[in-house]
Amino acid sequence: MTRQLSSLEREEIRRKTTNNWLLSMPALALLLFAAAGPLVIVLIYSFLTAGSYGGVVWEYTTEAWFRVLFTRDIFDDTVSLSDAHLSIFWRSVQLSFMTTLICMFVGFPTAYYIATRPPTTRNIWLFLITIPFWTNLLIRTFAILELVRNKGVINNSLIGMGIISEPIKMLYTDLAILIGMTYVYLPLMVLPIYASMERFDFRFVEAGFDLYATRIKVLRKIILPIIKPGIIAGSILVFVPSLGAYVTPRILGGGKRMMIGNLIELQFGQGKNWPLGAALAVTMLFIVMIALIVYVRIIQKSENKNA
Amino acid sequence: MNKEFSVTYQFGFKQIALICFFALYAPILLLVFYSFNAGSNLMLWEGFSLRWYIEASENQLVQEAAMRSVIIAICASVISTFLATMAALGTTRTQPFKGQQIIFILINQPLMVPEIVTAVALLIFFAIIKNFTNYFGLGYLIAAHAAFCIPFAYLPIKARLDGMNLSLETAASDLYARPSMVFRRVTLPLLWPGIMAGAMLAFVISLDDVIITEFVKTPGQDTLPTYMLGQLRRTITPEINAISSILLAISLLVVTVFFLFTRKKY
Repeated sequence: MTRQLSSLEREEIRRKTTNNWLLSMPALALLLFAAAGPLVIVLIYSFLTAGSYGGVVWEYTTEAWFRVLFTRDIFDDTVSLSDAHLSIFWRSVQLSFMTTLICMFVGFPTAYYIATRPPTTRNIWLFLITIPFWTNLLIRTFAILELVRNKGVINNSLIGMGIISEPIKMLYTDLAILIGMTYVYLPLMVLPIYASMERFDFRFVEAGFDLYATRIKVLRKIILPIIKPGIIAGSILVFVPSLGAYVTPRILGGGKRMMIGNLIELQFGQGKNWPLGAALAVTMLFIVMIALIVYVRIIQKSENKNA
Repeated sequence: MNKEFSVTYQFGFKQIALICFFALYAPILLLVFYSFNAGSNLMLWEGFSLRWYIEASENQLVQEAAMRSVIIAICASVISTFLATMAALGTTRTQPFKGQQIIFILINQPLMVPEIVTAVALLIFFAIIKNFTNYFGLGYLIAAHAAFCIPFAYLPIKARLDGMNLSLETAASDLYARPSMVFRRVTLPLLWPGIMAGAMLAFVISLDDVIITEFVKTPGQDTLPTYMLGQLRRTITPEINAISSILLAISLLVVTVFFLFTRKKY
């Protein structure tokens, strides 16, 4: 590309670029209006004063950001860390992390199994994974609700088998949220792992066996390193929506076991503290962006290694 | 083949996979099964009946919510597919151009930002607009749905375009077809399966949305999912199971058709 472009060619490129932008413009306009643009307003609101009946007063303050982590005593103004908020953050991170881990341990063998089926049946298995993926999140959470309640299927069958005599209380606990999120986000782990597994060349495995590797060694030293990008992609796809989960903890946690999403909603509802809600939303966005950047870094690194 | 000699065999993987499939389907199937329960207890089988389907279909709130869901989903999927098709035509099969990366990031932005964050952002933004315009109609919901449906419509259309090379269009141009003629007679017919697939994905995504709808709706603008979410606060009857099963059936139908449209040929 060292050759100088003629003015005619440059004109042609400029015309095409303008054309491409014009074609994309309507979609971008709608996205700026009803998706990306309003995020800026959230940032602005996080620096405003809360109105007494919801909404905001247009006065600059960092009070909302202060309240994300700290609380001020109403009587003597002593500042301390906000235990309620910290425990909700901690629960969110912990539950999202465990959800990701469980999904990984179940999702990888499942994706492996699908990818090693013959091409004709493989499509059917794949279809079976995608159906729950496109099923309403609310319906799937609701199905779990019916399983884990005190007189639900799990407790009834455990009592029926004589393993326990009293129903285990699962509904409205962290365990229920964990089961629900794992169930809801599992397909998000299987699909990207399957995508990288599908292109995997099993001649590498044959070579490994020829060199007297055991099955476990083949798995650890050959298969896992090659499909690592798929596993990382799946983990991000599970971790990000888990952290932002709202419906699942609301239904299965019953309003007592909150995650960050529910805390944000609370500020816009009963809490009537919009700036705090906005600050919490920006915080969540920030954590998600960090996760995405880490993801891109890892992917680039492994691409450089393979190249 | 004996598994001892199989290259792909790994200990326990098949069992985990089968348990995984069982665990994915058992809760949904139970939910559908109990929607045919004659009694009003959620988990106590009292015989087969269509009672809850009839009650759901006669419930006026459910009728209105269903109507609203379908109207929003149709408008949102038509708008988002139209815009996504234009954007896909502008961003695929072209030399890398200035700002292409920005377009990609903006289009995929709804997939990256947690829904709850977008939801509160829209709540704030639309509250401001409502203040100025005094308009409280379905327009807000349609705009919000159309926006977050764009990436879902865009992906299959882009995939289809990536797989089409420019030779047919070039051939048509060589035969003196005007650009509009090339588009109508060559590009559009080839692209059509991708457009249909995109529209169907957008339809299902819009139909199923809970969080953004819950925050953007004006009181009294319930869709089926937000109606169900509201019902979960009260005592739950199998009516919810019946509504869930119907929504499930619609999603299943659309996804199956989508699968047939995009299936790889062997």
